Amino acid sequence: MRDVAVIGVGCTKFDELWDTALRQLIVDAGRKAIEDAGITGEEIDALYIGNMSAGRFVDQEHIASLISDYAGLAASFHTPATRVESACASGGVAFRQAVMAIASGLHDIVIAAGVEKMTDVLPSETTFTLATAADQEWETFFGATFPSLYAMMARRHMHDFGTTREQLAMVAVKNHKNGCKNPNAQFQKEITIQDVLESPIVADPLRLLDCSPITDGAAVTVLCSADIAKRYTDTPVYVVGSGHATDTIALHDRISLTTLYAAVFAARRAYQMAKIEPKDINVAEVHDCFTIAEILAIEDLGFVKKGEGGKATEEGLTAIGGKIPVNPSGGLKAAGHPVGATGIKQIVEIVYQLREEANGRQVKGAEIGLAHNVGGSGGSAVIHILKR
Amino acid sequence: MAAAARFWRKIPQRYNLIGTKCSACNKVYFPPRYICPVCRRAGKIEEFKLDGKGELVTYAVIYIAPRGFESQAPYIIGIVELDGGARVTTQIVDCDPKDVEIGMPVKAVFRKVNEDGESGVIYYGYKFTPMR
Ligand SMILES: [Zn+2]
Repeated sequence: MRDVAVIGVGCTKFDELWDTALRQLIVDAGRKAIEDAGITGEEIDALYIGNMSAGRFVDQEHIASLISDYAGLAASFHTPATRVESACASGGVAFRQAVMAIASGLHDIVIAAGVEKMTDVLPSETTFTLATAADQEWETFFGATFPSLYAMMARRHMHDFGTTREQLAMVAVKNHKNGCKNPNAQFQKEITIQDVLESPIVADPLRLLDCSPITDGAAVTVLCSADIAKRYTDTPVYVVGSGHATDTIALHDRISLTTLYAAVFAARRAYQMAKIEPKDINVAEVHDCFTIAEILAIEDLGFVKKGEGGKATEEGLTAIGGKIPVNPSGGLKAAGHPVGATGIKQIVEIVYQLREEANGRQVKGAEIGLAHNVGGSGGSAVIHILKR
Repeated sequence: MAAAARFWRKIPQRYNLIGTKCSACNKVYFPPRYICPVCRRAGKIEEFKLDGKGELVTYAVIYIAPRGFESQAPYIIGIVELDGGARVTTQIVDCDPKDVEIGMPVKAVFRKVNEDGESGVIYYGYKFTPMR
């Protein structure tokens, strides 16, 4: 198996981008990544594109062809392109397909991208589509919403471990603070614990400011075989670990409501491949689709013991400058959550961190970073470990 | 708009809590499964009727409802562990959210679940109420 490196990254602004179509979002991010890598279109062997639901969000399927086409590759080079879907983990899983394609020796230079255009339909349609990541027949049919699934995890975590409502809010407060330093973030505005606690209830115990927003955006990475990476850049970032796992699609079928075992197993596989332990990670981007999700993530990744995620957040462990800074980009909460793009954006942020290009949100001296991307309420998870 | 077959196909389960049981390991599955995750192909799946009594494992109170449920909000959604170990996601009804707690005994009742606005189709199924 060959080693793999990331040699270029690019991201659009994450926002409600009314003027920009899906095909333009991905081309904008792609242009940045290609220029960052210093490659030509002709050198690209394949594209993997994470996207949850272009079919529902913009009435367009077959977007692998569309994107290859609008990237200027289809007519000229007939570049192979594959769309990858795993709900909110689509981006991370697309990245893994690119890693495997290069590691296997089949391809040398591959694009891993993610894109979601979520504001072309009414918000009610967007939330319906997001809920299709849950079990349509046995969860949403009975009135469960996506936030309510995480609210049920939060309730149980509070019940079992004494996690407080304030500690949940502290995740959003921290991530908004980090987002202020990220020019691509949807929200660049600090909030207080009080703001979170006074925001409208979505699914008690979760409120509006516990939830990641609806976002348009795209993110693109360029990967290549590690042995040729130095031809393109002086600062390659190596993919040293990749882990992917599934769990039951319905939350109610899981053996625990306070552990996402898909994330636990994906992490275990990624740590084993990288031959490192949780304590070796210097910076992490985790899937904080809701505040409780970040608390579960730092526990499932082994940064803290199960049940201590709330307390760790309160003590500043996950802040920039803390023992294990989490979501320096602002996370899904503040940077935004264009679902298919999120997993790639996490990689982009980790690459910036490891290249020491993260400006005001830089984690000093970060050498090893981790990206944790979850699908649905935990039916799938994919984790990557990168090293400079 | 989904075709009707998608709904009537599940009437036995949603109306009468008909699940399945693996006679090799005795584990009860609801909703029904076609293969036992414990025994896999060595398992033997049979129909099994649950008695509808269980315990509330966790819950949330939904204020922002999906379409078809708007008139019910705020409402309680919970996960109930049924006798036999199978778990379901379900509404908890006939009680105030402040009286609900984890561990509360509950039982299944047959109710209207939601209304499809455009076609006027009404969907029925189980909800759960506190056992008093
Ligand atoms: Zn069995």
